[in-house]
Amino acid sequence: MTATSAAPAAPATTSESIRLNATPRVQYVLRIADTCLIHAQRLAEWCGHGPVLEEDIALTNMALDLLGQARALLTHAGQLDGHGFSEDQLAFLRDEGEFYNLTLVELPLRKPSGHLPGGDFADTVLRNFLLASWLKGLWTQLVSSTDAELAAIAGQALKESRYHQQHNGDWVVRLGDGSAESAARMRAALERAWPYTKEMFTSDAVDDVAAAGGLGPARSALREDWQQDVAEVLLYAELPPLADTPFVSTGTLGRHSEHMGFILAEMQVLQRTHPGGRW
Amino acid sequence: MSADTGTTAEWPLWEVFVRPKAGLDHKHCGSLHAADAAMAIQLAREVYTRRQEGSSLWVVRSADITASDPGDKAMYFDPMEDKVYRHPSFYELPGSVDHM
Repeated sequence: MTATSAAPAAPATTSESIRLNATPRVQYVLRIADTCLIHAQRLAEWCGHGPVLEEDIALTNMALDLLGQARALLTHAGQLDGHGFSEDQLAFLRDEGEFYNLTLVELPLRKPSGHLPGGDFADTVLRNFLLASWLKGLWTQLVSSTDAELAAIAGQALKESRYHQQHNGDWVVRLGDGSAESAARMRAALERAWPYTKEMFTSDAVDDVAAAGGLGPARSALREDWQQDVAEVLLYAELPPLADTPFVSTGTLGRHSEHMGFILAEMQVLQRTHPGGRW
Repeated sequence: MSADTGTTAEWPLWEVFVRPKAGLDHKHCGSLHAADAAMAIQLAREVYTRRQEGSSLWVVRSADITASDPGDKAMYFDPMEDKVYRHPSFYELPGSVDHM
């Protein structure tokens, strides 16, 4: 990979961050785009490290599906925003506070981050399953969005999320209803992830604007179908359903966990140090 | 791949057959390891159809396939070498079916 920018005599200057004046419509689309993007980035950590060759390929395929969804949504968010920002600029030149993904997707997955170890395959398949179930419900409703572009993206993504839900749901059942060791680890993964699922269904003013204008559903409207899908798999997996927590994470408001900065550093370093570099 | 110290037995091997499109037959395209048939189908989808190669998948446990013995190759297949009359190549075709 070679950047086409001329080699600077002085140390490379970093690209300046772009700033959006995110309207509720733009923020609504960015929340979905960023959730897909950061989840794809986390899943990509497994590339070459999967527990078996076949599942390694499966995880990378899913990461690429999510990246494709993110790219389409970021491009669309750039058009809605009106500053003319491209998908790359939106992915690589926004600062942490301008990302609006669910906090769940930024938590460590394979690699350690902060004080958390990461690396348990149970966390990966469980998070994939919880998110795929959520995205499936979201795409299902977005198919009838008043925004034709968003509806088209949802139509394509829905097929992908349905498969992700099946593939990872099967793993949750295998491990949850597996050996004593796999069951204990799947239970621990569920306890780690569960408090962060509340953000998936906590609506705010942005959701209200989107729902009122027919752009897409408020998050609160996604809860019932998701709970049904998840309860069914947890039942087969012999995992106990968990109670609601008072804690609500705030990634969709642009306030992130301590892990987010590390992801962005890794994801953005090339564009930041070789401004406008293409390869 | 990560070293797996937790299990002693490898997952069984499966043979994968892909049908490229309706009307054509399933063709053997490779093999993979999977814990059971349901997983084998999913992993076959991941490994062998990610570039639009397929519209249908079959998987079968490799252990369930009975194969001819390579040692029998000479006695099984060589005698057919000089039986050209078993090919329908001695018929004169009318010009209208030239491309048959």
